[in-house]
Amino acid sequence: MSQLQISTTVNGDPVEFLCEPDESLMDVLRDRLGLTGTKEGCGSGDCGACSVTVDGRLVCSCLVLGAEAQGRQIGTIEGMAKGEKLHVLQQKFLEHAALQCGICTPGILVAAEALLKENPDPTETEVRYWLAGNLCRCTGYDKIIRAVMDAATEMRGA
Amino acid sequence: MPLDAQHDNHTREFKVVGTRPVRPDGLDKVTGRARYGADMSLPGMIFGEIVRANHAHAKIVKIDTSAAEALSGVHAVVTRADFPAQSDGMVDILDHCMADGEVLYDGHAVAAVAASSKALARKAAALIKVEYEVLPHVTDVDEAAKPGAPLVKQGIESNIVATHEFGHGDVEKGFTEAEVIVERSYTTEATHQGYIEPHACVATLGGDGVADIWCCTQGHFMVRNTCAAIMGMNASQIRVTASEIGGGFGGKTTVYIEPTALALSKKAGRPVKIVMNREDVFRASGPTASSSIDIKIGAKKDGTLVAGQATLRYQGGAWGGSIVDFGAMAAFACYDMPNVKAVGIDVLANRPKLAAYRAPSAPMAAFAVESAVNEMCDELGMDPLDFRLKNCARAGTKSSYGPTYGEIGLEATLEAAKAHPHWSAPLPEGQGRGIACGFWFNFGGQTSSSLNINEDGTVGLSVGTPDIGGSRAAMCQMAAEALGIPYEKVRAIVADTASLGYNDVTDGSRTTFASGLAVINSANQAVERLCERAAQTWDIPAEAVEWKDGAAHPAGANAGNFEPLSLDELAANSGSTGGPISGHCEINADGAGVSFGTHICDAEVDKETGRTTITRYTVIQDAGKAIHPDYVEGQFQGGAVQGIGWALNEEYIYGEDGRLQNAGFLDYRIPVASDLPMIDTQILEIPNPGHPYGVRGVGETPIVPPLAAVAHAITGSCGQRMRAIPMSPPKVLAAIKAAS
Repeated sequence: MSQLQISTTVNGDPVEFLCEPDESLMDVLRDRLGLTGTKEGCGSGDCGACSVTVDGRLVCSCLVLGAEAQGRQIGTIEGMAKGEKLHVLQQKFLEHAALQCGICTPGILVAAEALLKENPDPTETEVRYWLAGNLCRCTGYDKIIRAVMDAATEMRGA
Repeated sequence: MPLDAQHDNHTREFKVVGTRPVRPDGLDKVTGRARYGADMSLPGMIFGEIVRANHAHAKIVKIDTSAAEALSGVHAVVTRADFPAQSDGMVDILDHCMADGEVLYDGHAVAAVAASSKALARKAAALIKVEYEVLPHVTDVDEAAKPGAPLVKQGIESNIVATHEFGHGDVEKGFTEAEVIVERSYTTEATHQGYIEPHACVATLGGDGVADIWCCTQGHFMVRNTCAAIMGMNASQIRVTASEIGGGFGGKTTVYIEPTALALSKKAGRPVKIVMNREDVFRASGPTASSSIDIKIGAKKDGTLVAGQATLRYQGGAWGGSIVDFGAMAAFACYDMPNVKAVGIDVLANRPKLAAYRAPSAPMAAFAVESAVNEMCDELGMDPLDFRLKNCARAGTKSSYGPTYGEIGLEATLEAAKAHPHWSAPLPEGQGRGIACGFWFNFGGQTSSSLNINEDGTVGLSVGTPDIGGSRAAMCQMAAEALGIPYEKVRAIVADTASLGYNDVTDGSRTTFASGLAVINSANQAVERLCERAAQTWDIPAEAVEWKDGAAHPAGANAGNFEPLSLDELAANSGSTGGPISGHCEINADGAGVSFGTHICDAEVDKETGRTTITRYTVIQDAGKAIHPDYVEGQFQGGAVQGIGWALNEEYIYGEDGRLQNAGFLDYRIPVASDLPMIDTQILEIPNPGHPYGVRGVGETPIVPPLAAVAHAITGSCGQRMRAIPMSPPKVLAAIKAAS
């Protein structure tokens, strides 16, 4: 089966790539585009480490085909900071020590950003349920929840 | 281990230690730049795929690799025949990585292939045909221990491979003195560490016999030495670089794929990358032992514990080494008992080889002992906290595993629990409150570090213990404290195996203790050299120079009247005063202080579904000295939540066919954010005399108390005593229904 030629936009940059018809968006990002900030924890949509946005919608990139990126806007962790200025969520994760090993961090940041776009003033319970698809094995989630709540407060004030 | 006082660290005042700076690797980790095991690529790299058996126990009759080898794009196929014959202690590890004629668990590797793409490698793997002769199997610990049980492998006569005994006094006599005796049996299922990052490596072994490995590991020196032994190479021929590591919890303290990647690379002449998928991580790496434990404890009516006995049966897979001895040693470690005996029985089963998981073997033993203690309190009508305060181990207590304790913090954690608002808070209707204690030995071990004073006054620090949860921040803090300079001036890296002396793996809660000790010693050596340069500049004896606040000062009036020379000035002049200034330390660190914690758990059981919700949770633990309190709290919280997962949901489920039925995060359910409340923490600081700043390891103890604390809370909520872990909804519901 021949490869498909896909034109898409990743973090605002126009991108073209070839991929197999059955190749996941996660593999395309990691293996073809060198965007290894998107992590693979399970390959089955259970852990959320590969979270990205497609036209603003939060998805597990392991459950999306690379070919589906055609004509879409893809957002990954690499696009979250603007130049040297970190996103408020990134800054709050550092301040609150909301990461230990850090492997789930990109996915959680992408997911949290999507949450705050949809709901700028979430309750703790809303944050916990929104992030229930993002597994973290190190932190027990406590500092992650605090960092997201703190970021939401700061972003509302800004 | 020596528990005698070495450092007077009770009165020391700190400037950097105890603060909460941003970790040095933080930016890379929030921007996606940090490179983990699977993130490395090399020119010419090809992809490895491992073929795994779908039988619990089988003889390999024949492996036909011809179709795979004939596929275009396939560069190498290996089986056990491609590894050198083993003559030393690594044979078990290699046997687990690649079966030697006999499959011993579902998921056991039998062959591997390397091809030019991941898809091709998967296709080639499917073309490898293996003919098996299926043999009888056993996966349950109690079944495996029975006489006449199917033998786990050929050539053995029993599945029981070792028995360990610890204790002191006379338990039989002790029980005759007891006025109340509680005798119960408990079981726990096997769990997985559940790190989110699957095992991954890239290995290159060229025609010159020199190898490079990039991998996610808790110990790259261990990877080097293990691979060298397995491949028949010298340590100097293999350089291992530890990538950033996406969780380990003990599960990355051995090798699973690195020898196979080397063998494929050797054959293909190309760098080979292997990344395990999640299913294989569950099937073929790291579970804990499953256990079956009998406990008998006796007390006087006033609550004085007079005797305790435990028989612990652990299965740790098909190779033995279930480390049941740690469980037997830890079982009664929280108690001061005149008569105590713990017997650990190591049982084989057709399961993957056990790997360490955070305080390995202790959570199961503590579940049994702490649950029995809570039952004893009910029998006596005594408050479980007061009972523990009456019987807890203190300085001078002869521990259940041998040594006499020095300064320990168990009583302090119990006093803190008693004073904690959580303990006195009114309990909402329908909820229960549980309490349990936990212990871990902690470890020091072989450690080497190096510290370079750069000419601009900044400091480069090399450590050899992979940073699994923020340890580089703590290393920078300790170096800055010892040198008297700001935290921001120090940068720490995890150096590869060619750049430092040997380091034991990041395990045993040892890193902040032992690597920290090495870092402080390295800094102190650099300070000596800085003082020598100042002495040389001032033309006075080096002994007449003292170091304070980041500068050399004349030590008193007799030394002379000189303006202090700062580290910046001494560093800038180093080229003309004798060359580069650095400090090193190579030690086998002793004096890791033992660790204790007390947890309080509130829980509510839904009586219609059996589902348990944790409503409030508090961790109180002695950290000796918290170098970076955020990451100490993080260890408390993360460990507690892993324990909650073990208590409530996590388990390896094997079918009658001996195959693992839940090898994925959907069916092996680790706690998610919506399952949990905030996890409150209280850090106590009873300095460890074995460390200049008082550090005790903190990472492992937090997983020890939750199993019993949650069980105790469940009893309070629904009235049922759960003696089998996990206390999953069906089991709790069945207990409720059986009682009504």
